[in-house]
Amino acid sequence: MDHRFADVAEVRDKLTSVDYLADDAIAGIVHLSDRLEKPILIEGPAGTGKTQLAKSVAEMTGAKLIRLQCYEGLDEAKALYEWNYKKQLLRIQADRSGETDWSELEDDIFSEEFLLTRPLLEAIRAEEPVVLLIDEVDRVEIETEALLLEILSEYQVSIPELGTVEAKQIPLVFLTSNNTRELSEALKRRCLYLHLDYPDMDREKQIVMTRVPDITEHLANQVARVVRSIRQLELKKHPSVSETIDWARTLVLLGIDQIDAETATETVNILLKYRTDIDKAVKDMNANADTYSG
Amino acid sequence: MSTVSKNGSPTESNDVAGEPSPLLDLLSGFIVELRNAGLPVSLTENLDAMEAIRHIPLEDRTALKYALAATLVKNNSHWKAFEIVFDVYFSLRGEEYALDSELSDALLEDDDEDDEQGPPGGADGEKGSGGNSGMTPEELAEMLYNALANGDQQMMRAMARESVRRYAGMEPGRPVGGTYYLYRTLRNLDLDGVLEQLMQQEQDSSEETSQFEQRLKRDEFNDRIEALKKEIESEIRRRLVADRGVEAMAKTLRKPLPEDVDFMHASREEMANLRKAIYPLTRKLAVRLARKRRRGRKGPLDFRHTIRTSLSYGGVPAEPKFRNPRPKKPEIMVIADISGSVAAFARFTLHLVYALSSQFTQVRSFVFIDGLDEVTEFFEQTDDITEAIHRVNSEADVIWVDGHSDYGHALEVFWNNYGKDVGPKTSVLILGDARNNYHAPNSWIIKDIKERARNVFWLNPEPKSYWDTGDSIIGEYASHCDGIFEVRNLRQLEKFADNLA
Repeated sequence: MDHRFADVAEVRDKLTSVDYLADDAIAGIVHLSDRLEKPILIEGPAGTGKTQLAKSVAEMTGAKLIRLQCYEGLDEAKALYEWNYKKQLLRIQADRSGETDWSELEDDIFSEEFLLTRPLLEAIRAEEPVVLLIDEVDRVEIETEALLLEILSEYQVSIPELGTVEAKQIPLVFLTSNNTRELSEALKRRCLYLHLDYPDMDREKQIVMTRVPDITEHLANQVARVVRSIRQLELKKHPSVSETIDWARTLVLLGIDQIDAETATETVNILLKYRTDIDKAVKDMNANADTYSG
Repeated sequence: MSTVSKNGSPTESNDVAGEPSPLLDLLSGFIVELRNAGLPVSLTENLDAMEAIRHIPLEDRTALKYALAATLVKNNSHWKAFEIVFDVYFSLRGEEYALDSELSDALLEDDDEDDEQGPPGGADGEKGSGGNSGMTPEELAEMLYNALANGDQQMMRAMARESVRRYAGMEPGRPVGGTYYLYRTLRNLDLDGVLEQLMQQEQDSSEETSQFEQRLKRDEFNDRIEALKKEIESEIRRRLVADRGVEAMAKTLRKPLPEDVDFMHASREEMANLRKAIYPLTRKLAVRLARKRRRGRKGPLDFRHTIRTSLSYGGVPAEPKFRNPRPKKPEIMVIADISGSVAAFARFTLHLVYALSSQFTQVRSFVFIDGLDEVTEFFEQTDDITEAIHRVNSEADVIWVDGHSDYGHALEVFWNNYGKDVGPKTSVLILGDARNNYHAPNSWIIKDIKERARNVFWLNPEPKSYWDTGDSIIGEYASHCDGIFEVRNLRQLEKFADNLA
């Protein structure tokens, strides 16, 4: 099978061209996933670009993105496939005259025509290149995870009445998890693992500059530095990359080109969403300024 | 491949004659060491790693690292352990990582000749520590200062190397740990002084910078200095590996994984990691309890839903639909010993209680030593865990006579004051070592609680072998509980959470 990317550098360049700044780990793992034909499990705090990575990969390869949003109570009928029993019923009723015998009819109503495909099966059956995104997989119960195992390791779906549907082409698969619970060993074993943490200061600055085109380099630099130092505090929820971008946009809209303690205090509610966190950050920003002033 | 095998250790070079590549040998050694360090590396993952390295340029050390990490490390808390093992196994490989000074070259040659005995110390070593690069300490300090001021990573790495070479005074075969060398190097560099200097210069150079700006600068310099320390640490590690050989070094660096760290003896840093890991765990507890309630017997018949479904069967209500039982909120009562004998555990316990109360709405928490007090509101009123713990420690009325644990009396107080609140929906969690200082155990109270509550669990932070020795009377309480668990680390706590279901 031919590969999507020649090397790691190509992955990185292509991702950059769709405004996703990848570091070594990210570009490396996307490249490996293509070569080894293995899904990528991405874990990390909220708002670090886990879902965005899948979207960007789809965009850069020109593939169709199929997304399965996980939630508690997700089942086979919503994730894999379901029989269109209304249509089946119609078929049976239309045949009241009794011309066809039962076994023939049974074969007929359990054919692909009566199958409703759900995201996972859809991704397997797609003719064109596909990126499959299984979002927030930690939200399903541990028993439901088993649904995913066959598709993740063999790229096939077994339907008792129909047989096995094998993938027409191997899709790139991304699973994201916010780490609210430990995923099962079986699932982890089938995936490549990427922990996506908050970016370091330079990368965050670059991200801000790509996503907020009007920003000056000086301001982007300051934004990245302030966010970095806020993340070092012990908070309930640290500012995510998307919140950083929102903050930078706000600053640009307000026409601010130099952050000082005052502007930071006034706009910090964009970065932080908890009252206690905001208080803490504000206190820290002002207190430290005083302490070090002497 | 040539780059990799160039600096290989003698065992591998012997194998080159045969078919198996030295890299595969190295890799399997590496994986064995990961397993020794406690990482659960399965056979499939092992094969994946072998497959993965075929697809990356081997001279690229970063790519190798991430490829191995992607296939072998499936838990972020294991990353640090992985990084250390990786450093040890692959630190001597790769062009730009070669030990460049004369000292290390000498070391390396010796290493190649007789790995077992270790290179003889002496002339080579002294020459190295003499500083033969022609730089005075002042020049070195200045270069280091500049590197830090500009954040020049390349330069910082070079400086880290040079300072270790010069100040650590590493002698081959000397039986001291890396921390000793680290201390020696850092003492000579006086990084605190450098930080002050940097800040001073920052102030002088541009007088109009705001205080806010200065504060950011300080953070940034601090970061760079931390990075430098890391660089120095890994440089020392590299040299130790060259001296002592890979396996020996890996063994000395082995540390328990976060989930295996004993609560009672956790260092501050380990404690911080534990705290982070607690949240997913309490959520798991919450999910376990919630699910148990949602499954099982179905609720009453849902008439509307049944009729709606019957339409697809031509009006025949073939598939009766039931309402889901309304999940009842679990009630949890946590009773925690915070006496001196379990001080370290208590710190952790309070974090657990805090995390629990943010997951469940109905958590009531009690702490005791020889008296008992309710501390629910301390946790409810604030989002700040440190404040809550501070209030528990300073305001809770837990001392009755002398401040030595008295489980009997504490339980009595609980039963008299709060016993009426224990109901059939209540799970009672008792955390403590049951070391009662030979007071009356009053174990009948546990029995009474159990009769009224849904279940009673006891988590004991002591190793099982110590139970019922000395003044520990855990056995006496055990007979009345639904379960007694040894919980000394996260792994065991997780097992307890699993058993709940």
